[in-house]
Amino acid sequence: MLTPAESEALFLSLRVSFVAVFGALPFALAFALLLARRRSAGRALAEGFLHLPLVLPPVVVGYLLLVTFGTRAPLGAWLLAHLGLRFAFDWKGAALASGLITFPFQLRAIGLSLDAIDKGLGQAAETLGAGPFDRFFNVTLPLAAPGIVVGLFTAFAASLGEFGAIITFVSNIPGETQTLPLAIYSALQQPGGEAEAARLCGFSIALALLGIALAEFAGRRARGLIGS
Amino acid sequence: MTIDVFLRHEFGNFGLDVSFCIERPGITALFGPSGAGKTTIVNAVAGLFRPREGRIAIGDRVLLDTEAGVCVATRLRRIGYVFQEPRLFPHMSVEDNLRFGWRRTKQPAGTAEFAGIVDMLGLAPLLARRTARLSGGEKSRVALARALLSSPGLLLLDEPLAALDGARKAEILPYFERLRDEAKLPMLYVTHSVEEVSRLADHVIVVREGRVAAQGTAFDLVSDLAFSTLAGTPAYGAVLEASISAQQDSGLTALSFDGGTLLIPRIDRPAGTRLRVRLRAEDIMLAREAPGAISANNVLLATVAAVGATANAAVDIQLRCGGTKLVARITRASQERLGIAPGHALYAIVKSVIVDPRSGPPGAD
Repeated sequence: MLTPAESEALFLSLRVSFVAVFGALPFALAFALLLARRRSAGRALAEGFLHLPLVLPPVVVGYLLLVTFGTRAPLGAWLLAHLGLRFAFDWKGAALASGLITFPFQLRAIGLSLDAIDKGLGQAAETLGAGPFDRFFNVTLPLAAPGIVVGLFTAFAASLGEFGAIITFVSNIPGETQTLPLAIYSALQQPGGEAEAARLCGFSIALALLGIALAEFAGRRARGLIGS
Repeated sequence: MTIDVFLRHEFGNFGLDVSFCIERPGITALFGPSGAGKTTIVNAVAGLFRPREGRIAIGDRVLLDTEAGVCVATRLRRIGYVFQEPRLFPHMSVEDNLRFGWRRTKQPAGTAEFAGIVDMLGLAPLLARRTARLSGGEKSRVALARALLSSPGLLLLDEPLAALDGARKAEILPYFERLRDEAKLPMLYVTHSVEEVSRLADHVIVVREGRVAAQGTAFDLVSDLAFSTLAGTPAYGAVLEASISAQQDSGLTALSFDGGTLLIPRIDRPAGTRLRVRLRAEDIMLAREAPGAISANNVLLATVAAVGATANAAVDIQLRCGGTKLVARITRASQERLGIAPGHALYAIVKSVIVDPRSGPPGAD
C-alpha cells in the first residue's frame, strides 16, 4: 500500500515528532511549574517570550536555529566537537525544530492544569507529612496529568505538520530530514507529482484526525482518573 | 501537655497580637467574627503562615520561636488540620486519602487504631469510593479521619461545619462530640457559631480584631452576658455541668447542678454521670412570685446579676442561681412591667433543657 519512500517519510515524521514532544516535555513541565500561580508582570513577560515559537514565522525559527546550532555556529560547533551531537542536516535537527515550535502547546496545556489544582491540596499534603518532592510526585503531577497528556498529543499533532522551520534548518533530505510535509512539497515540485502529493496529503489528514481522537480519548481517561 | 501560642504580625492596617495557652485535651474554641484573625492563628500553628514574631510550643517541643530562629516545617509538626473545605485528594480513593498521612508518620497508629477511627466516623462502607462521589457530610468525615490518622499531637479544625447545611451539620456534630469525649487529643476549633461553641467547646478563646478579648471555660464564658456583647451575637443562654442525682418513678431523671435541681425526661445512665446541659435564653421565663399551678417542671430561684443591652424589643437578663450563671431573654415591656433590676430575686421558669450526651469534661474523671 505504501511505497518505500512513502513509508520512510511517514516513519521519519513519527520519529521526529515523538522525539520532539518528549524532548520538549521536561522543559515545558519545568517552565510551567516555575510560572504556575505567579501573578506578576514577570510571568506575563516570560509567558510571552516562551510563546514566541508559536507566533514567529517558522522560517525565522529555522533561521535562528541555523545560526545557533549550525556546524559553524559556536554552540553547534562545540556540541559537535565535544558531544558528537549534530543537528544541522540531521533528523535530530528536525526534531529540535519541531520540539521548539510545538513547545508552547505543551507549556500552555500543563500551565492551565497546574493553575486549576487547588492550592489547598498541597497545604493539606504538607500537614499530613509530605515534603516538597513527595507533594510534587504524589499530588501535583497526578493532578496535572490530564494537561500533560493533552499537551503531548496536541504538540505531537502540530509537530507532524511542521514545515518551514525544518526545511530552513535541516533542509529537505530524503530519508534524513524529509518528513511528510516536506515530501508533499517535493512531490509538488516534480512534473506529474500531483497524484503522489495527494496520496501523502491523505496520510497526513488521516494522521491528524487520529491524533485529535487519541488526544480527546486520553484527556478524558486522565481526567476520569483524577475524578474531575 | 500544654500548648503555648504567642503571635504578633502586621498586615497593612490589621494587627495580630495574641497569646494563649491550652492546658488540657478537649476542644478549645477560637471564637470570633469573620476577619478577627482566627484562621491566621491556626495557619501559624500549622506552619502554613509564618508570623513576624512568635513562639509556639506543644509541651517542650518548640515549633516556632522567631527569637531563637526556630521554625519547624509544617510536615514535621505533627499537627492535624481539618480545613474549612475538605481538601480531599481527588485522584485517590477514600482509603488512599486516609492512608496518606498515616503512611507518612514516624510511628503510625496500628491497624486496630486505623479500624477504630474508620469505625468511629462510620467510613467503612466508603473506603473504596472516589472522593468526588461523596456527599458533603461524608467528605467532612473523611477529612477528619485523615487528619486523625496522621497521629497528630494537636488537631486544628477551621470551621469544619461552615460549608455544610443544617442537616449535614446535625449529621457531623455527634462525631465531634464523640471525638471530644473519646480522643485524648487537644483540639483548636475555629468557629463563629455560638451554637457550636456552647455544644462542643470545653474552653473558649474569644478573638476580636486580632486580639484575645476573653478566655475561660465554656461553662463560665458562654453563660455570661459580657461574652455575647463581646462576641457581637445575641446571648445564647447557659451551658452548665450537671450530674444525675436520681431516677424518679415518674419517668423523670433528676440532675443536680451548682444552683439547684433540674428534671428531665428519663436518661438511662447511672447516678453520678456527668452531663453537659444547655438552657437557652429564650427558653427561660421570669416570675416575681413563685408560680403555683404551672406545667413546667423546673422553676429555679435566681438573683438578677445584670440587665443587658436592649436589642429590638428584647432584653437579656443575667441571673445567678447558686454558683451558676443563667441568661433569660424577655421583652423590654416585661422587664419594665416587672421592674426587673440587679439584685432582685426572681423565679426562673425553664421551659426546655437540652442535654448533650457526654460523660464529663476531660480530666474530670
